Amino acid sequence: MDGGKRKKYRGWRCRIRSITVSMAPHVTCFRITPELRKLGSFQVAQRRMTGRRCLRAFISGFFVAVPVTVTVLDKLAYVARVEGVSMQPFLNPGGGSECDVVLLNRWSVRNYQVQRGDIVSIVSPKNPKQKIIKRVIGLEGDFIRTLGYKNRYVQIPDGHFWIEGDHHGHSLDSNSFGPVSVGLLHGRASHIIWPPSRWQQIKPFLPLNRGPLDTDEEQD
Amino acid sequence: MFRRVLGKTLGFVGYTIQYGCIAHCAFEYIGEFVVCSGPSMEPTIVNHDVVFSERMSRHLCKIQKGDIVIAKSPFDPNVNICKRVIGLEGDKICTSSPSNLFKTHKYTIGRHLDKVIETQHKAKSASAIHQMKVPKGHVWLEGDNLKNSTDSRSYGPIPYALIRGRVCLKLWPPHTFGTLSESPTQRINKPPSNSDSD
Repeated sequence: MDGGKRKKYRGWRCRIRSITVSMAPHVTCFRITPELRKLGSFQVAQRRMTGRRCLRAFISGFFVAVPVTVTVLDKLAYVARVEGVSMQPFLNPGGGSECDVVLLNRWSVRNYQVQRGDIVSIVSPKNPKQKIIKRVIGLEGDFIRTLGYKNRYVQIPDGHFWIEGDHHGHSLDSNSFGPVSVGLLHGRASHIIWPPSRWQQIKPFLPLNRGPLDTDEEQD
Repeated sequence: MFRRVLGKTLGFVGYTIQYGCIAHCAFEYIGEFVVCSGPSMEPTIVNHDVVFSERMSRHLCKIQKGDIVIAKSPFDPNVNICKRVIGLEGDKICTSSPSNLFKTHKYTIGRHLDKVIETQHKAKSASAIHQMKVPKGHVWLEGDNLKNSTDSRSYGPIPYALIRGRVCLKLWPPHTFGTLSESPTQRINKPPSNSDSD
């Protein structure tokens, strides 16, 4: 009998309070009723759930998008803007006004295979943070006549190749630092993709008089 | 039925690509395990040792003198070499190089040209010691086992970009687990440290 009286008393007080709140909504209620408390905590929990869901979605997206993008840029293809005049007139014929943008194929150089006449990008032997784009003139074992190097004729050692810019005299290339190790190869320029008027595929082309020389070796 | 199989296959392919890319990023930017072979780094690293080389120092250009590095061989990019950095760009290296090439080659250029080009490498006596400066963007590598190591003393300094990673931890054999010791040779010129007492 006592328990029943207590229950009735509690229910009656709750009902009075909830009526007071609804009749005077601008009045701040200092004592939160059990019903209101349940409603409030449910809303807070819902907001927390949405926040956690957003965070989880962001993290899972991040862990998919970033590794895939980085792997594609490292292994498949890379886009680079060509700066400077060392490859004129083929690349950047307009000088500083509009720079060409080329697509570098990194998949075709994964086994370090290049041909004479290819335009390649390598990590600069003078500055490991910089990449330079030049044309391959000679491969290992070739005999090359140099333009401005310390030796007039050079035989390219194993595992090295000789690169030159098309614009002789305005180019930092093998004529300054000698044969370059094939391990520095970064990518092969396959297409010019900007500006749209110059969209074309880059084919291997060896300039006249820059090919390897025929030699007969006699050893004493 | 077919759609379920296709869906499952595509899901499997998607997961393979995702985890393959994560693995590539880990090996390329964090570190890799390397099995060493050869006697050129004895006694620090012996044949069949497994070491862990981290890649971050190389990408941030923080390789220092005295570090053991894994680098691509300048003569064959598919072969890796493991040596110690003795000098960075701008450092002066004393080298005696008694094994310089003494060959003389005569080449006839073209069938029509009568020019005979003679290239001769200067013969150096065994006791001549000369100092050379490591050029910009290059490093000088030497093995710890100076008597049995082909390194920069034979092929000269190598470009910094050929370095793949810095060896930081030896993993196998278990009784030598831990960081690697300092160079046993006296080839590294450490700059004189500032001392308070004169």
